[in-house]
Amino acid sequence: MLMEFLPLLIILLLAVFIGVFVVVLGSTFGPKRPGQRKNSPYESGMVPYGPAKRRISVRYYLIAVLFILFDIEVVFLVPWAVVVRQIGVPGLVFMIIFVLILEVAHLYAWKKGALEWD
Amino acid sequence: MTRMIDIYSILPVMIVAGWALLLLVVDLWIPRHRKGITALLAAIGLAIALGFVLASSGNTILGFNQMVVLDGFSSFMQVLFLVSGMVAVALAYDYIQRMNINHGEFYVLMMFSIAGMMLMSQAYNLLMVFLALELLSIPLYVLTGFARTRLESEEASLKYFLLGAFASGFVLYGTALIFSATGQLDFVGIAAVVTAGSANSVLFLIGAALLLVGFGFKIAAVPFQMWTPDVYQGAPTPVTAFMSVAVKAAGFAALMRVFLVLFPSLSEHLTPILWVMAALTMIVGNIVALAQNNIKRMLAYSAIAHAGYILMAFVAFGNGEVVGNTVAATLFYLVAYGLTSFGAWALVIVIEREYGKGILLDDLAGIGKHYPWLGVAMLVFMLSFAGVPLTMGFWGKFYLFRTAVQAGYIGLAIIGLLTSVASAYYYLRVVVYMFMKPGEPKLQINPWVSLVIGVAALAVLLLSLIPWTILELASRAVLLLQ
Repeated sequence: MLMEFLPLLIILLLAVFIGVFVVVLGSTFGPKRPGQRKNSPYESGMVPYGPAKRRISVRYYLIAVLFILFDIEVVFLVPWAVVVRQIGVPGLVFMIIFVLILEVAHLYAWKKGALEWD
Repeated sequence: MTRMIDIYSILPVMIVAGWALLLLVVDLWIPRHRKGITALLAAIGLAIALGFVLASSGNTILGFNQMVVLDGFSSFMQVLFLVSGMVAVALAYDYIQRMNINHGEFYVLMMFSIAGMMLMSQAYNLLMVFLALELLSIPLYVLTGFARTRLESEEASLKYFLLGAFASGFVLYGTALIFSATGQLDFVGIAAVVTAGSANSVLFLIGAALLLVGFGFKIAAVPFQMWTPDVYQGAPTPVTAFMSVAVKAAGFAALMRVFLVLFPSLSEHLTPILWVMAALTMIVGNIVALAQNNIKRMLAYSAIAHAGYILMAFVAFGNGEVVGNTVAATLFYLVAYGLTSFGAWALVIVIEREYGKGILLDDLAGIGKHYPWLGVAMLVFMLSFAGVPLTMGFWGKFYLFRTAVQAGYIGLAIIGLLTSVASAYYYLRVVVYMFMKPGEPKLQINPWVSLVIGVAALAVLLLSLIPWTILELASRAVLLLQ
């Protein structure tokens, strides 16, 4: 039974090998000309300023939480829409119940003012 | 295809969950100073569900393709959860106003948690067990941190969340291992594979042990008890009361359902582990409680110790002859412990004036003299906790000890007896401080809280005289075994 997973193991080993191999190859044979521009995080990008641990407005956190809520709704709606003809009325009823439950969350967020930026 | 009988089998759970959703919306239009309406609506919802539980009790149904089960055990447990919920609402109403945290979400979250507990008592599939565990835990993490501007509450919430999520991980990993051992998730299927002898016994045993860790966390058994004192102290006191009764009962419901149905064949390996767990839980809980000066922490350690007494009867889970007694004694003890615990925590709520300060023994001084009824009620609760003969707690312990002795665990019963004697010291110390020390306490007693105290004290007194009525109900609440 475990042999069924052998191809997976081979792919895993192959992936690790290629990753390590390419890095070793580059660092062994590649030319090295370090300089200030070369050592910056984005060699061809903008010059970084300040540390990466900056404060981020807590509002983004709220947006992220709300995004999860409606993202899950869509994740379930898509497969349902694919088979809606096969599962018929019961499927429709259950999906309406599901959407109504999410609508409670939406209503709650709306009334609490979570959807307003200021 | 969903049949009507499926819906019927989990109707009370659906009512509680649906009512909570509606209440969440309705609460948006209830002004801040009228949150009593939300509390009342929550209590009504729980009462309606209680009515349906009582109406549907006595049936045995496997619903939703053996996902859930309705049997005497689940009905008994659900009555316990719903009554605990109503008591917690009564305790919380005044408290959250006083502590300036009166948001309607409090009651809604509590109802969601109760729905999870009810589902837990009915789960007949390991995935349903996990779903119910999460549904009961996540609202509790929020409730623990409900006093969100208070550092103690936030600390308790974070600790509870981190350790709780860790324990949930154990349950999930155990479920995965059991699935890989048997290829089944529903109890019927697993039991069939195990009986046929085609399960991978090593993976199955590891899975069972991991489930034990996860549930051990919920019932606060040693060595998974570390979170209990901090969380019990930091959480709003009504939440603590609710946790110490209902969550513990839910943990035991899951433990009994899963172990009695799935793991009797593993009893040879699991019994020694459970023996040590029970002994440690009784010893550590009682010994550490002796040293506590803070009432909330003392009650937290006493809650750990009581879980140990119940585990003592549970050690014999693989012994088919005493299993009936184990279930009956456990259910009886959960009722006795629940009544006593709610009474004691209600007194803490009365005395607690400022959030997070906790109550020291000195704060109790003089209460027995100035508020004699409160003092007498506390005396009743403490005597029952300590298991002084002819109180309800005594009968509960008596049935548990009898089950342990019947199963041949006399050493465990002796440990239980000795620690129980030691526990009398710290329980009676509370009463001594109340009656013997002079003091001038000023209490504001809310009618709902005093109702809880009065009813709990009367119930403990009455059931001390007629314990067999509850025991008979408990022994009729049989689990559906395969």
